[in-house]
Amino acid sequence: MIIKCPYCGPRDVIEFIYQGDATRSRPEPASNDMAAWNAYVYDRANPSGSHREYWLHSGGCRQHLVVTRDVSTHAISSVVFARDAAVAVKSGEPA
Amino acid sequence: MAEPQSPLGASYVPGDHGNAAAGIGVTLRERKGLSIIQVTAWSEAIPAMLTAIGSATGLALQNKPGLGRVAGEKSVFGFAPGRYLVVSATPELETRLRSVIAPDLGTIIDLTHGRTVIRISGPRSEWVLSKLFAIDFSEHAFAIGNGRATLHHDIHANIQRIDDETFDVYVFRTFARSFWATLGHAAEEVGYRVE
Repeated sequence: MIIKCPYCGPRDVIEFIYQGDATRSRPEPASNDMAAWNAYVYDRANPSGSHREYWLHSGGCRQHLVVTRDVSTHAISSVVFARDAAVAVKSGEPA
Repeated sequence: MAEPQSPLGASYVPGDHGNAAAGIGVTLRERKGLSIIQVTAWSEAIPAMLTAIGSATGLALQNKPGLGRVAGEKSVFGFAPGRYLVVSATPELETRLRSVIAPDLGTIIDLTHGRTVIRISGPRSEWVLSKLFAIDFSEHAFAIGNGRATLHHDIHANIQRIDDETFDVYVFRTFARSFWATLGHAAEEVGYRVE
């Protein structure tokens, strides 16, 4: 699988580390809602098809990325810096 | 000042090696006596940082991925957003950078004693490096002066293209002897000279 890093360009997957589901949202730090924390830590949808996920380009620019990948075909439709995705989510835009 | 010891030690054997009878495909040497400084800009201060690096070194860069420049023993290249390696043969480099880079622009880390720089040059340098690193070394994809950050197995490397057939490879000092041995094996096929 080749991931096209926004900085480094296309690189083999061996340079990257998978860092998990990028669709879940963390509860407020002060939250006492145990069910919400449990869901954040343990619950994963495990969908087929398109999925948003975090990857770290550890063998290159060492940036965290948000990759949108079809988990059935490995086709990648989008790769952005995670910080840009976070800003977009915060401001309500689609990342 | 004490003379820094090369980590390559007894593995650095000057002379011709491998299939040298058929010609020298690449020449390898360790670049010594360099100051190697990593400069990191805060995300909003990248253009100002590039201006500051330009005023300290005379090598001004545009803010584009992997761009770099080389002038003699001096070089600068980007290897990640807002991160640059600045290299010069003068021990004053860090002082010069500190005089123009205030903390509101970013940070400066002296990596001189943490990196080993291996220069590979010659008509087969692209071929030999392509055996080790899964990136495109052709000149249209990797222009002169530009930099890359990549891996050979788990040995992280920064690579800068110096001219059409010369590259500098920056590896962690503690991995340098292992990498040097691997590079020698990769170059045996084309014949190599150690200077």
